[in-house]
Parts: sequence; structure tokens; C-alpha cells
Amino acid sequence: MVFLADFSVIKPEPGLLIWTTIIFGLFWFLMSKFAFKPIGNALKQRELDIQNSLDEAKRAREEMSQLISENEKLLAQAREERSAILKEAKEAKEEIISEAKDRAGAEYKRKVESAIQDIENQKQAALVSLKNQSGQMAVEIAEKLLRRELANKPEQEAYAKSLAESINLN
Amino acid sequence: MTGIRKYWIALIFTGLGVVTFAQHEDQQQPEQATENHDKTSSAETGTISESPEGDSHGCGHSMEEKEGEFNAGETAVHHIADANAIHVVGDIYIPLPCFLYAPSQGWTLTMTSAFHPGHHGNGEVAKDGYVLVHGSIQRVQDPTFPKGEVMVSEPTHDTKVVNGKDKDVYYVSVDGKCYELDKKTTFDGGLMGGGVTSFYDYSITRNVFTMLLTCLLLFFVFRRAANSATRTHGYAPKGLQNFIEPFYTFIRDDVARPGIGPKYEKYMPYLMSAFFFILGLNLIGQIPFFPGSANVTGNISVTIVLALLTFILMLASTKKYFWEHTLWMPGVPAVLKILILTPVEILGLFLKPFTLLLRLFANITAGHIVIMCFVGLIFIFGKAGTSVGGSIAGAAAAIPLSLFMMTLELLVAFLQAFIFVMLSATYIGMALEEPHGDHH
Repeated sequence: MVFLADFSVIKPEPGLLIWTTIIFGLFWFLMSKFAFKPIGNALKQRELDIQNSLDEAKRAREEMSQLISENEKLLAQAREERSAILKEAKEAKEEIISEAKDRAGAEYKRKVESAIQDIENQKQAALVSLKNQSGQMAVEIAEKLLRRELANKPEQEAYAKSLAESINLN
Repeated sequence: MTGIRKYWIALIFTGLGVVTFAQHEDQQQPEQATENHDKTSSAETGTISESPEGDSHGCGHSMEEKEGEFNAGETAVHHIADANAIHVVGDIYIPLPCFLYAPSQGWTLTMTSAFHPGHHGNGEVAKDGYVLVHGSIQRVQDPTFPKGEVMVSEPTHDTKVVNGKDKDVYYVSVDGKCYELDKKTTFDGGLMGGGVTSFYDYSITRNVFTMLLTCLLLFFVFRRAANSATRTHGYAPKGLQNFIEPFYTFIRDDVARPGIGPKYEKYMPYLMSAFFFILGLNLIGQIPFFPGSANVTGNISVTIVLALLTFILMLASTKKYFWEHTLWMPGVPAVLKILILTPVEILGLFLKPFTLLLRLFANITAGHIVIMCFVGLIFIFGKAGTSVGGSIAGAAAAIPLSLFMMTLELLVAFLQAFIFVMLSATYIGMALEEPHGDHH
């Protein structure tokens, strides 16, 4: 049985048992403290970070889409406002124009009326002065006629005629 | 996805079973060869003298007589054994510290170099009664053996019947006087041919040295990864960290979490340490030259410690529910419980760490032996160097076979480390089980 007797690996040896316990114990302690703990923590932290980043990205995307829709709303609103303002401006313009037109028309009317009035007044004045002059002339003519009648009839008539002509010339 | 993974694991196990079976067949041959060889050598040298106190040639067979023949089994067994010196090449040995304790003479602290290791790892000098035989320290129990350093002969060996069992005994002679050597104490209770002897060996052996080296290597690698993990916080992981982290997440997500459950985090350091300790030693044992080749995880002392730690962790995590189901399974008739269930459950409790230590030990040792036997083919075919043609034929067979085995052993190195921690996690998970868990 030389084979089995030399097969020492199956025989537990006190030295190897103790050394394995010491070395593995130390290995376990040092590795858990200086290697596995930081690595495990870093992994956990990274997993957390990645999850957080993903969540944040999702949130940001949502926010972005919300912002975009808000922007669109704002834009639409702005467009509406612009068109409203334009419309108002147009209306105001038209109003101003029509008002100006009205006012101009009224002024024109007033001026025309006052001109007519003036003309009427002038006419009246002219008429009055005409009446006065013609009355005066008639009186003068009559006076002159009366003076000539007394002298010569034909002469008197020609004279009347010239008088009348002088009036016309006047 | 998990279905496919399970299928693969099952396939690997099946493949491994076939290989293990093949390994058993391979192991038979060296054993027979050894026996045959023993018969022939005893026939050549004649009968063994019953009294070893004759002249130096009378105490057992000189090991030089074996030079002519090659014994693959013995070579393999010698290579997987622990040793007090590291064999580099030829007669060059790296000395290691020796801490020896004999109850009759106290502590002896020395270095292997004090024994002047020479041919075949046999020491040319005895120190305080200790002699180096095949790279392993043995002791002369005879108090008349000269103290201090003395020149000794090449050890010879013989088979002696002790308590009805064959036992290998080595002898050395000093000045023509023959002394019997005691092997170091082992705790196998005499079952494997060992037992408590006249001294204890607490030396830094080849295995201890390899363990230290592997642990230091692993520590520096992991320390770098951990440093970079803390330094690159907030940045993408870099370099070594990228290599280490998948292992961590693998153990965490595929071993600890499914095996242990929600309280897995507390056990992560143990599982990671055990995984890398085993994996590192498995892999470094695969390197066929210094600083590798030591069969550490294939030594039962190492696996005993690891399995015991798992067992202690498991017992420390047990809850009332676990003991209830182990000792007094509810819903089963009392007779059945007392006669069958409870004894089986208690047996199972101790079988768990036992299978754990045996599986790792057997797988790694078998792998080493098979590779050694394949390499041995070169020497068997070459008739130990006398036939060049035979050596070439042997090499032609041995190279692809060992290449195949080494590749397989690489897989086994990972697989066994994984199985060890996976089963550890499962056992701890069983101990932690709560009543509301779905345990059936």
C-alpha cells in the first residue's frame, strides 16, 4: 500500500490547518475592509447614480416637452394677440380716417355754408347798395330829366337814352 | 434566459462526471503499477531484514535502486503533496522556514537550507534529529541520535506492518547505525496511514507559501481596483476595475442574492474572499513551474478550513425555523420523525460541509494527478530515458492529452470556486429561511 501511504494530501495536517485559518482569516478581513467594501460601495453608488441620471433625464425630457408645448401655446397666444392688435390698429386707422373724413366733410360743409352765408350777405349788401345806388341814380336821372324836359323834347329823350347807357356802362 | 443557463450548468456537470469517471480509471493504473513494481523490487533485493539495526544497506530499500524505473503514480503523488521546500529545477530548492515542535524536545526553528536538500529533495544533513525526506521533514525518535547537525545517508525505505496495516517507513543511517524516521503528525486518526507521531510540523510549507503569495497578489490587484473605484467616483470605471467588477456583480447577482436572499450583503465579503481564494489557488496551481504548481486547494487541510468556515457561518445564521425543520419537521408523524427524518436531517447537516470540502479537494487533486500521469507517459514510454523513440511516442501522446486536461482544469478551477461559493450561499440561505418563505 505504498500508494495510499504516500497520499499525504488526504491527511489533515495541523500546520496547514492553522496556517490556512490564519491566512484565509486575514485575507477575508483585509479584503472585506480594503477591497470589497469600496468596490461594493462604488458599484452601489454607481447603480444609484445611473438610476438617478436616468430618472433625471426622463424628468428633463418631460419638462422639455412641457416647455415646448408651453412655448407653442405662448406663440399661438402671441400670434393671436398680434392679429388682434393688427385688427385693432386697422379698426383704429379706419376710425381715424373716417373721423377725419367726417370732420373734414363737416368743416368743408361749414366753410361752404359760411361762404354761402357770406355770399348771401354780400349779395344782400350788394343788393342793398344796388338798390340805394339805383334809387339815387333814378333820382339823379329823374332830376336831370326834369331839368332837360324843360328845354327840348328830342334832346330830352337822347339824353335819357345816354343816361340809361351810362348806367349800363357802369 | 435562466433556463438556458441551467441547461449549460447541467451539461457541464455531466461532462465533469464523465471526466471524473475517466480519472478513476486512470488512477487505478498507477496503483497497480506501484504494486507490481514493489513486488519486483523486493524480488530483486531479496527479503527485507526484520531488524533494521543492521548495516546501512540492511535498513530498507535504497531509493537509488528505483532509478532504473519510473513510477508514474508515486511521482504524481509526490508532486501533489505539500513540501518543506520549493523545488525549482534539478537540485535547486528554495528554502522555507521550518517551525517544528516535538513534545520531547520542544521547538526547533530553522530553514530548509539547514538540511542541505539535494537529490530528490533528500537532506544530506540532519538537524536536531530532523531529516528532510522527499522534501518533507521527518524525525528520528531514537534519543540516541546525535544532536545538532550531522551528515546522514540517503534515506532508504521499507514497508512495515503496524497494527495489521502496511506502513511506509523511512530510515537514515549515521556512522553505520540505522535509525527509523517518524512522519509528521496528521489528524486522520490512522485511517489514511497517518496519525499523531512524535512531532508536529507548523512550518511555512510550499502550500503556505503559495497561499501567502496568492493572497498578496489578489490583495494588490483588488486594492488597485478598489482605489480606482473610489477615485473614479462619478466617472466611468477604468482598467483593472472593469475586470474585477463583473466578478463582484456576478457573485452578488448570481450567487449571493438568489442563494441567500435579501440579507445577502452581510455575506458578500466571505463569498468573494472564498471565491477568489479558491480560484486564485486553483489557477496558480495550474502553472507547472515556480511559483505555481502547488496543489493547495487539492489538500484536504485547506478545504477543511474553508468548509468549516462556511459551516460556522451557516450555524451562526440559523433561525428557529431552521432548527424546527431539521429536528422536528412539522406535519410528519412522530414515529417517522424519530426513526428517519431527524437522524437524516442531522446527518445532512454535517454532510453539507463534508461534501463541500471533499468536492473541491477531489476535483483539484484528481486534475493534478491526471496531468502528472499524462506527463508521466513520456517517461513510461521512454523507459525512464533509455528509449528515445519511446519518449517521442510518449510525448506525442502526452502533449495533446495534457493540453486537453490543462484546458479542462482551467474550467474546473473556475467551476469549483463557483460551486463552493454557490453551495455556501445556498446553505446560508437555508439557515436564514423565514416561515413565510416558500421552502417546498
